[in-house]
Amino acid sequence: MEHIVIIGNGIAGITCARHIRKNSDAKITVISAESDYFFSRTALMYVYMGHMKWNHLKPYEDWFWEKNRIELKKAWVETIYFEEKTLHFSSDETMKYDKLVLATGSVYNKFGWEGQDLEGVQGLVSKQDLELLEKNTKNCKKAVIIGGGLIGVELAEMLKTRNIEVTFLIREEAFWHNVLPIQDAKMISEHIKSHGVDLREKTELDKIVANENGRVKSIITNSGEEIECQLVGLCTGVKPNIDFLKHSALETDKGILVDEFLQTNIKDVYAIGDCSQLKQPLSHRKPIEAVWYAGRMMGETLAQTLTLTGNEIPYKPGNWFNSAKFFDIEYQTYGNVSAKPGDNEMHFHWQHKDNTKAITIAFDANSNKFLGINTFGIRMRHSVFDQWLSENRKIDHVLANLKQANFDPEFYTHYEKDIFKSFKENLQKA
Amino acid sequence: MSKIEHNMSLTAEAPAKLSTTQRLASGIGLVGLFILVLAVANVNFPNKTLFLTLSLGLIAAGTIIFANDLYLGKHEGIKNDGVWFKSLSGRGFWAWILGICLTLFYVVLYWYPQYLGLNADGANTGIISLFDPLSQFISGNPASQWFVYGTLYTLAILIFGYKFILKYRNNRYEVIRTFSVMFFQLGFAFILPEILIRLNQPYYNPANIWPLNYDLFTDYKINEFLSAGNIGVIMLAFGLISIFVITPILTYKYGKRWYCSWVCGCGGLAETAGDPYRQLSNKSQYAWKIERWVIHSVLVFVTVMTIAVLYSFLGDSANDFWLTKDVFLWGAAGFLTFLFAVIMIFKRKELAKDAKYGAIGYLVVILSIISINYFSGNGNIFFFGGYQLREWYGFLIGAAFSGVIGVGFYPIFGSRVWCRYGCPMAAILGMQQRLFSRFRITTNGGQCISCGNCSTYCEMGIDVRAYAQKGENIVRSSCVGCGICSAVCPRGVLKLENDDMGGRINSEEVLLGNDVDLMDLVNQKSK
Repeated sequence: MEHIVIIGNGIAGITCARHIRKNSDAKITVISAESDYFFSRTALMYVYMGHMKWNHLKPYEDWFWEKNRIELKKAWVETIYFEEKTLHFSSDETMKYDKLVLATGSVYNKFGWEGQDLEGVQGLVSKQDLELLEKNTKNCKKAVIIGGGLIGVELAEMLKTRNIEVTFLIREEAFWHNVLPIQDAKMISEHIKSHGVDLREKTELDKIVANENGRVKSIITNSGEEIECQLVGLCTGVKPNIDFLKHSALETDKGILVDEFLQTNIKDVYAIGDCSQLKQPLSHRKPIEAVWYAGRMMGETLAQTLTLTGNEIPYKPGNWFNSAKFFDIEYQTYGNVSAKPGDNEMHFHWQHKDNTKAITIAFDANSNKFLGINTFGIRMRHSVFDQWLSENRKIDHVLANLKQANFDPEFYTHYEKDIFKSFKENLQKA
Repeated sequence: MSKIEHNMSLTAEAPAKLSTTQRLASGIGLVGLFILVLAVANVNFPNKTLFLTLSLGLIAAGTIIFANDLYLGKHEGIKNDGVWFKSLSGRGFWAWILGICLTLFYVVLYWYPQYLGLNADGANTGIISLFDPLSQFISGNPASQWFVYGTLYTLAILIFGYKFILKYRNNRYEVIRTFSVMFFQLGFAFILPEILIRLNQPYYNPANIWPLNYDLFTDYKINEFLSAGNIGVIMLAFGLISIFVITPILTYKYGKRWYCSWVCGCGGLAETAGDPYRQLSNKSQYAWKIERWVIHSVLVFVTVMTIAVLYSFLGDSANDFWLTKDVFLWGAAGFLTFLFAVIMIFKRKELAKDAKYGAIGYLVVILSIISINYFSGNGNIFFFGGYQLREWYGFLIGAAFSGVIGVGFYPIFGSRVWCRYGCPMAAILGMQQRLFSRFRITTNGGQCISCGNCSTYCEMGIDVRAYAQKGENIVRSSCVGCGICSAVCPRGVLKLENDDMGGRINSEEVLLGNDVDLMDLVNQKSK
């Protein structure tokens, strides 16, 4: 019986395993050193905040794996001997595979700052990071978070629930402005500040200072200011977790390089999820997409290739979408809205006066083609926007039919008329 | 800034300190509660009106001040910080203490009302006498243990409803729904029946529908209706129309939520006073299995019991009344067989195997009980008389299950134990919701991140995430449509909707985002 081994029990690896099982009776082993069972990484924050317990993070009950004959192995892979198709574990055990799927995920970035390895300095990606955070915040009164991305704002929210003062350093002039257009970014910045977070725009970390015990005592910003703190959160993005593969025959760049079939340069070895890097991504997608959804879709796709003989299926993700929550403001995006639009991309921005709801719609300056939407505080229907994007609808159509896309709960106030009016007025001005 | 309490691995507790205002408010509320405790201990208050007002007023004021301090001045949004760290909501020490106190209260209320001051001959004493002035004021009669219970129950729904509304003030569905349960409790369940008594009419709450109101078709109730003239007949007719006409129509249009989380008093208490405990429900598949067998068994029990009670109430001779024992018995058997046939003919594809076996088994049981009874001709069902059966039902289900376990165990098993495992009304509505309703919870394309907030905060123990992460609609008979899964979802994935029946139950992998042709392929193969 063919033995498919998957390294990594995150969303990519587990989705792949589940879909393989749907099609095939192959022996499936999923290896992880992080946790006994698959859990939702995106929900780590809720355990720290007391919304959920660890067991709630597990999307499948523990009996699920045995029932579906997916073997789970808790072990750390030290080396892979590709020629012998053998894994070597840190325990000196070995394991043979016929096909290998690498789904090792991400680790957080460290950019060589002075003091980055001190006690009390950490990122937040893994279960172990969360456990460390519990330890590090035991007697913590003040924290500094470096980097204005999704994990940074989550960490800020988490720490605020423990009454820890938070200073949040971001490089851009507003939160996540490398992804969000400026009005969106500014609204979120204000919202973060309204939660009592000391958000410092255009401020970067220079170095981290230790106390006599080798723990973090303070940080110094690039403007020379010293900020006292007992915790430093490193949230300046993540990178593929591939260090253990660096000196092997496997072709890597930032991530493990894969072709359109998610296959590496070595036969029968594949890479999916955060750790993979597409050699030729589709025009509307990036080579590395470290998001839940991409991991899931790669898992779905690869499972087909692995189980259909002679029928390789290329990874062809559809229109881009993503979501997040910034404290109380939910964010969804469909299609592409540039943070800094060029001449060919126009933006229409509407914001509610309470500054918790806004939309930004991107459209082609010449053809009026709808390119994408950011929506804050108003839920939108994925299927409707997906259809409009695929049908190349124009912005007029989108705005005239916006109500169809509303996904807010019943009885919520609707803003479509307001949005439509605002759009017309802005057009007349322009 | 004060030093923060900490000690936690992934499961331990952490800071959940009360503010000064919250301590003060708790104190005020406890003083109010203490007056009631003193009354139970037979302290004879001189001015009962004053002390009752003081007691209830302090309890209400304490809760309102507490809620204001907890939620007002904070951003609108989800307020679940520290839920699992707090002793009371995280099944800690205080949860057990509260659970035991509530349970004892129910035991005394149901079986030892004399300790509350109910005296078979002579005036009330104790806590019941404290409520005499209010009862006199509303219905013109002295209070009973049920009046005391009803008043406290209504007060709980009102004050904790207020707290709930503040907590979820960002969500208009929750706000409106909570006003609705507060209204039905205060107006229909509490005041209306008492006023009817004052007007010398039968005690009647139109929102309390059979089989939840299992006494509605007992002889004493029917006699009471019939002797009350036209208004009594209207009440009886409304009771029949409620279960056979109004309920199916509303459930078809909106799902069972129109009743369970908008009207019902049991649901009302669970949604307000029980809200801090909603996360304690068991989400395992095993619990779901138990739920299905237990709740439907209760439904069979109440059906058999009601048939037995009505049977012994009716006469033998068609000359007195067209509905004789025989006509009724065969009518009931025919109706149940008809219902069974309709479901099996039109909906068998939507039923799981065990649901079919269960349905067949239950039908056989009911029909054989009816025929044993008929052919043995002794007028007994299950070899007991109808009234004996009713007494057992009242003891086991009406009191022990719905009261002692249902509410007493809020802090341990969650707030909807009765609604989930026991309520026969929920079973009927649920069956219809699953098979003949426009209601469903839809999932938003591919946006689910499997975080588990929805499942955790589902009071009915539905593993909502299991559906959401597949992109499947949630069409579950137990769903009461409280809307909290949708509220706590951080990515805007869930929405309660009423729409066409077609395509409502979709068991395919329909997550959006990936290559459309690929997903077609995946779905073809899973067929």
